[in-house]
Amino acid sequence: MTTQREKPWLMRTYSGHSSAKASNTLFRTNLAKGQTGLSVAFDLPTQTGYDADSPLARGEVGKVGVPIAHIGDMDQLFDQIPLDQMNTSMTINATAPWLLAMYIGLAEKRGIDAKLLSGTTQNDIIKEYLSRGTYIYPPVPSMRMIADTINYTVKHVPKWNPTNICSYHLQEAGATPVQELAYALCTATTVLDRVMASGAISAAEFTPVVERISFFVNAGIRFIEETCKMRAFGEMWDELTRTRYQVSDPKARRFRYGVQVNSLGLTEPQPENNVQRIVLEMLAVVLSKNARARAVQLPAWNEAMGLPRPWDQQWALRMQQVMAFETDLLEYGDIFDGSPVIAAKVAELIAGAKAEIANVEAQGGMIAAIESGYIKRELVTSHMKRLRAIESGELKIIGVNSFTETAESPLMAGNDGGIMKVDPAAEREQIERLQAHRAQRNQADVDAALRALTDAAKGTDNIMPSSIRCAHAGVTTGEWGDTLRAVFGEFRPPTGIDISASAEPKGKANQVASLRARVAETGKTLGRPLKLLVGKPGLDGHSNGAEQIAVKARDIGFEVVYDGIRLTPQQIAQAAEEEGVHMVGISILSGSHMELVESVLQEMKARDLGQVPVIVGGIIPQEDADRLLASGVRAVYTPKDFDMNAIMCDMVNVIRRQYGLEPQGELVPAG
Amino acid sequence: MQVQVPDAEALAVRILRGERSAVASGLNLLDNALPAARECATALLTALASRRWQDGDAQPNAQRDTHLIGITGPPGAGKSSLLAALIGEWRGAGHTVAVLAVDPSSRPEAGGGALLGDRIRIKRSEADDGLFIRSLASRHQLGGLANEVWPMARLLLACFDRVVIETVGVGQTEIDIAEIADTVCYVAQPASGDTIQYLKSGIMEIPDVFAINKADLGGAAHKTAAEVGRIASSKSAHPDRGEGWDYPVCLVSATHNTGIAELAVHLQRHHTYLLDSAQLMARRHRHQAAWLIRLLRDDFGHFGLELVGGRDALMQRFDQTAGDALTDYAQLRKEILSRFH
Repeated sequence: MTTQREKPWLMRTYSGHSSAKASNTLFRTNLAKGQTGLSVAFDLPTQTGYDADSPLARGEVGKVGVPIAHIGDMDQLFDQIPLDQMNTSMTINATAPWLLAMYIGLAEKRGIDAKLLSGTTQNDIIKEYLSRGTYIYPPVPSMRMIADTINYTVKHVPKWNPTNICSYHLQEAGATPVQELAYALCTATTVLDRVMASGAISAAEFTPVVERISFFVNAGIRFIEETCKMRAFGEMWDELTRTRYQVSDPKARRFRYGVQVNSLGLTEPQPENNVQRIVLEMLAVVLSKNARARAVQLPAWNEAMGLPRPWDQQWALRMQQVMAFETDLLEYGDIFDGSPVIAAKVAELIAGAKAEIANVEAQGGMIAAIESGYIKRELVTSHMKRLRAIESGELKIIGVNSFTETAESPLMAGNDGGIMKVDPAAEREQIERLQAHRAQRNQADVDAALRALTDAAKGTDNIMPSSIRCAHAGVTTGEWGDTLRAVFGEFRPPTGIDISASAEPKGKANQVASLRARVAETGKTLGRPLKLLVGKPGLDGHSNGAEQIAVKARDIGFEVVYDGIRLTPQQIAQAAEEEGVHMVGISILSGSHMELVESVLQEMKARDLGQVPVIVGGIIPQEDADRLLASGVRAVYTPKDFDMNAIMCDMVNVIRRQYGLEPQGELVPAG
Repeated sequence: MQVQVPDAEALAVRILRGERSAVASGLNLLDNALPAARECATALLTALASRRWQDGDAQPNAQRDTHLIGITGPPGAGKSSLLAALIGEWRGAGHTVAVLAVDPSSRPEAGGGALLGDRIRIKRSEADDGLFIRSLASRHQLGGLANEVWPMARLLLACFDRVVIETVGVGQTEIDIAEIADTVCYVAQPASGDTIQYLKSGIMEIPDVFAINKADLGGAAHKTAAEVGRIASSKSAHPDRGEGWDYPVCLVSATHNTGIAELAVHLQRHHTYLLDSAQLMARRHRHQAAWLIRLLRDDFGHFGLELVGGRDALMQRFDQTAGDALTDYAQLRKEILSRFH
């Protein structure tokens, strides 16, 4: 058979955990299985500029990714991997200039010309403010550092994608396709305008800058609409780059994007159904040749329960390989061109997105709309709509709110409970390696390099050369982060949840009325309105769950102190004390729940707050949930608890029991 | 269920020592509406009285050191960020700070709950034992401050150098904040209709210090500062207050941390002015009288007030008892209660 086939997309798996050494082994195994690029997951301390021995890093080291503290770790991570032949994607944002500096530094050390390096740094801070939460610095210096990396790579690392504009996380935060299109494109123009304003690159040389902008997009289960969204992205980007930045070469105007398909829709009940969800979602980004992804990474079927094991990741990779190599997909041109149905849907999405872009621009642009809390509010509103539709059954999720009968899944039966466990010794070992590294380096070099970094940050010099110098001197991630924190300060988010209205799901008014009566009655009996503290310990910034609980609790009459993300256990206990709350609700999605919850309970006891009940929400395996309950946590809620009214009913009863009142019965069914 | 009521005297001693857990328990007690808790709360406030809050002769330095500041202004003016910057300034100078941050409650028919989001904007990134933040819902006070605010402020003044009440400046809160704070600071946002509305609303006499935030916006901020300054300095805006006070207008930027030290100086200057012109205690006693009457009215209604002579007589009476007004108030509560039995 000699049919002409298209070259397939880059196949990656988002991976990294425990240590540079363990992750290197995983990378080389994955490459041997046919993966064609690397996608590095960094742990949260690395993403937020802390060293493993910082108090904020406790419990987070090596959890959601690999810890990289200095150029030695980077060297180990890419051991026996030829940098000049590899395409490496790094999911790194606030500390992107630093990780890129270490990557370039490593290439220099190995005698490889930086011009040969290819890959991507995510480096999109805007969606960190809106959704993902690993920001450090305020918008102005953050945007300046993004501009610095672009200005640097266009000249010195020309095959690198310095920034990967993400709509992925906007969808995870609830964005509709129209919102995804609008906010991603607004983000892209914000970045490009900032680069242009820096004046480092003349208008005549601007085409390569535009050409190197790539996107990281999400694909949900509504795969026809998602296909249309990808085509809409292509058309809008082509027009925008032509009219706004005068790019005449059509090749330079192509919408280049990578994909991770939707995680939001993956379910904990009947998790095997996630396999078909993932495959269907992949269709949206590969079917249409003219809107096909450049790189695809698929989540594993068990992501809603914990970290995937190598076998789970292999399964996800094999889905791509079957699609690319077994099916006839790559033998055809674009199969949607000329379809009036597709064209009409694309036109509808474009019209909606253009209207929303105009709306954002009328508010003074993307940064202003973030600072005012507008975008966050829009996303939270969309997300609440989706949740209400699931609660009311209007949006069907198989195995969750319909067809819930199931036989026991053999996939979950193994000794490991069907998920990956990070070695609990990983954190201690990383701290030991880090301290050994600090002891053996030349401190005078480190001090001089950090002084140069401070000077560059205070002045207008590009941040990259001094960062590369820091990499060579053996500076650590925490030192780089702290040095710039001292110059730039830290970002404080608008919560965005305080104004968002939340109407009730259809047919549940009677339950809400009952909950309100229970909250009011319990508060009255205890002498003051029920007060709840909601916050996230550790470094994970996924705040949607915490925000939903806060908003819902407010709606049924709680006074809710929302204390946001990145809290130390000490801060949570202190807030619980100062605020005089009846209950503390904490949310953790990074897998660090055992360590962090234990610390919170200890800190509470130390303040004589042992009697204040603590409840926990997050991606928490059953085995861990049982241990948490045994250690004194009063309730654990996981993705399978989607009925918010039932959660609220339970929360009120936790308080009632704690303060010696009779718990009240289950809510009557909706109606 | 049994409500656990602490020993008021012992709790007062611990609060005066600045024990955080005692401060927290005291605030919980003042927030509690159960009859046993109300009695104990009165006893606690009485035990805390005649300490740092007043008795200027006995403890002149202590009095000089405590300052109750109200921060108000329209939503979106950046009050919380500005307060965060001020806290940095005060903590740097070695003062301890307590904050009562008030956010609106939703309507009773919408559940009456509240999202209290100020803490997240005010707190410092590192742990700090010299800062204490309590968030409060406005409850159902028709836009005004909840009844608990004044007693809580009283308690916090017993053990913190600077006590700040942050409110959303709409309607009744403006009046209420003037009946609590030693100094009222109004935060304005440049080029915003809210400020102009405020200037026109006839309650211009309330603020003692004006801060025009977001000075980094440049021209707009200067223009607003000029407008505010013109009205603030006009005699008619302050018919009966502030002889000898200059009603300063400061340009500040919470984001760029500029003008904050100057604002702190103006606030301090107002405190010194009140002390030097012997107005501080008079003001605090007047506020105390007004809030004690309000608390009595809240517990016993107008009928209850009439039983002990009515509002005007009580105002006079509390003004005379001044330092002992709380003891007097406790006595009045007992009197009214006995009449109800």
